[in-house]
Amino acid sequence: MNRIIEYKDDVSLVVCGAAGQGIATVEELLTAMLRLAGYNSYSTSEFMSRIRGGTNSTLVRVSSKRSNAFVDKIDILIPLSPDAINHLKFRIGESTTILGEERNIDVNLVKNSQNIIMIPFTDLAKEIGGSIYSNIIAVGVLAAFFVIPKDILIRHLMERFSSKGESVIQMNVKAVEKGYELGNDLYQSNKIKINITTEEIVKNNIFLSGTHSVGLGAIAAGCNFLSSYPMSPSTGVLVFLSQKAQDFDIIIDQAEDEIAAINKGIGAWYAGARAMITTSGGGFALMTEGLSLAGIIESPMVLHIAQRPGPGTGLPTRTGQEDLTHVVNAAHGEFARIVFAPGTPEDGFILAHQAFNLADEFQVPVFILTDQYFLDSHYSIPNLDLSNIKNKKHIIKTDRNYQRYKLTDTGISPRGIPGYGDGFVNADSDEHDEDGHITEDVHYLRPQMVEKRLNKKLKLLRKVAFEPELIGDKDYEILVVGWGSNYSVIKEALETIDRKDIAFLFFKQVYPLNPKVVSHLQKAKMTISIENNATAQFAKLLHTELNFSVDKTFLKFNGLPFSVEEVKKYLEGLN
Amino acid sequence: MLDVSNFDMPADTDIAWCPGCGNFSILKVVKQALTELNIKPEELVIASGIGQAAKTPHYLRTNIFNGLHGRAIAAALAIKAVNPSLTVIVESGDGCSFGEGGNHFLHNILRNPDITHLAHNNMVYGLTKGQASPTSQFGFITPVQVQGVTNEPFNPVALAIALDASFVARVSISDQENAKMIIKTAIENKGYSFVDILQPCVSFNKINTWKWFKENTYYLEETHNPKDKVEAFKRATEKGKLPLGVFYVNSKPTFEDYLPTYKTNKDPLFMREANLSGLKKLIDSMRK
Repeated sequence: MNRIIEYKDDVSLVVCGAAGQGIATVEELLTAMLRLAGYNSYSTSEFMSRIRGGTNSTLVRVSSKRSNAFVDKIDILIPLSPDAINHLKFRIGESTTILGEERNIDVNLVKNSQNIIMIPFTDLAKEIGGSIYSNIIAVGVLAAFFVIPKDILIRHLMERFSSKGESVIQMNVKAVEKGYELGNDLYQSNKIKINITTEEIVKNNIFLSGTHSVGLGAIAAGCNFLSSYPMSPSTGVLVFLSQKAQDFDIIIDQAEDEIAAINKGIGAWYAGARAMITTSGGGFALMTEGLSLAGIIESPMVLHIAQRPGPGTGLPTRTGQEDLTHVVNAAHGEFARIVFAPGTPEDGFILAHQAFNLADEFQVPVFILTDQYFLDSHYSIPNLDLSNIKNKKHIIKTDRNYQRYKLTDTGISPRGIPGYGDGFVNADSDEHDEDGHITEDVHYLRPQMVEKRLNKKLKLLRKVAFEPELIGDKDYEILVVGWGSNYSVIKEALETIDRKDIAFLFFKQVYPLNPKVVSHLQKAKMTISIENNATAQFAKLLHTELNFSVDKTFLKFNGLPFSVEEVKKYLEGLN
Repeated sequence: MLDVSNFDMPADTDIAWCPGCGNFSILKVVKQALTELNIKPEELVIASGIGQAAKTPHYLRTNIFNGLHGRAIAAALAIKAVNPSLTVIVESGDGCSFGEGGNHFLHNILRNPDITHLAHNNMVYGLTKGQASPTSQFGFITPVQVQGVTNEPFNPVALAIALDASFVARVSISDQENAKMIIKTAIENKGYSFVDILQPCVSFNKINTWKWFKENTYYLEETHNPKDKVEAFKRATEKGKLPLGVFYVNSKPTFEDYLPTYKTNKDPLFMREANLSGLKKLIDSMRK
């Protein structure tokens, strides 16, 4: 075979196999080793809702410039199971190099059979100690392509498996060495060339997932109570904060159901905690009555909602942006709320932190609306800035005359908590008077309380709303609108095409919106909303909130994220 | 010693109960019990759900969390966990405690928070005008159960014993003195203390009346050993007249006892700040 393929500045590696074959381990080890060698990397995985078997894949992008978006293209593919090639056939291109063994490569599905390099992973692994080590050999091969120093490789591997006992460590080391040797041979013989610039600064980067970013933001805000029922893809936040609970004094309660989870969260705020729940669409559906309780008793609450495609059980481990309308409108009755939708891990951190402080200040529920794609992606970032982290507890010491729902000009009544001061703190889910006792005064108190909970607060919330970020030339003619996890994909697509007439307006706060936003939209000759749902939910929100109608929509709702290529092709076709 | 008037609401407070309702007696007894236990109204939270019984906290001066139907136990667990120095009592009816809130009743007994659950049990839905409740007796005719109830009546005492609740008792509000004594013991007990309070509904339950409760209840003998779970369960599932008294006591660590949050620092959560230096270390550990 006389071929030389050079991958320059950006290479996408995909490892694909069955659940239980250690695909996630490859992702974790490889990205960690790449970072230690100074490479920018980003990874994301797609997987089936099962613990063993099926076909899962992980994408690792290594690039000269930080790129945090999903791409369809596969430059180097390692299929570890017979179904892998079929699973990825739409993404295998003319220049995809495939490294693997005969039983896992159906040549009929490969566009360019010259690009197949046979490596008998299973046989080699068995020689070392069992087929289980195939994935570690793959790590070794890929590491060699990036000339990651062998000592970094081995040291990291030994640390990673340090708790597994000496013999397991040794077999893993042997496996990675074997892979490294094979990869190095291929690299030296110029069969594969990779040309990516490393950066010294990357070596000190923070390595985190979207899940971690939300969890870290909560810790920054002093979150000290989390009650939740496990549900993909939201469970990671529950697990992460449970792991850190002892270090950060967080009370963790795995609730009996989501109804309990939110009622516990609200009870916790009532008694002085900073509480959060984490769930997905179906679990949130069960929480809507509790959300309404937070609305009427004016309780702060922080809700992390991790979207996955529905309805019903839908696609439990896939991604989508189908719950925006639900989150903005859920619950009976009318009251104010805030909805954030982070696009980057930095956003995840800042918005989760802000969620607690805004919830506390305005006594409203605040949502952090993410999705599987955002949460399960792993990012390498320079820093999370703690210098601007400030927390303010909006709790007062009560006196004898304290009234929980005192009518004020702003609509905000100072919030007391039971046991702190001489007053009584009465929270009541009935319509109530200023003391928090049941009232049916429909002529005066009821309208006053509605004004307070809804209009007065919304007015304040609109003022403090995060403004959208404009990416691209200010003199745009076409404006693409996006929110949440589509940030990086749309941004990269726009940056890689030569269209100065197109700009991108990104919303990390999707509700409520500052009315000033409309001027950005009106300036464009054409506006397009790009969303991971079938009904353009954000476009509808722009209409109800700002009375603005977008001209076009570009929607995807099959459970997978947009790829850079898809968006690029769409944008290039615009005129 | 505090005076019971400490818990009194202003005299002009509009009380939404029917004249002659058993809730009046329960309210009186609870106030007396709290006073005799020297519990300050400022350091007490009464959580409730929805229903006539759930309005009780509005009729005494203290901190109240009148939340959603069935959800009071969930909120109460959190309130106690967040500030263990508070005395936390749940007061709600049979529909709230066992119907809508059944799952919370079950699972939070297992958690064993140090709260007291006073279930007002009148065997009927009052506020919705007379439908069956989970505890309605077999054959009880209502506008909905027109041929009479065909469900087995829910037995909260037996269930609480089966789940190893920390304290399980039944009282009848027709005997206020004994009801008060037992409620006091329940509040003093550390752990999930459940008291099934039998009470009449004068408007919608014409079967289980003041008279019926007098004639169809009796006290467990003084020789009853509340530490004997099997015996307690046996007594709780007897057919015929309903035994009153303390069925079961089981001292064990509480939900709060297990929380690492209070191992070295006893401050309630509202007194604590975010641990930013710890966070910095955590973030730096993610550079490896």
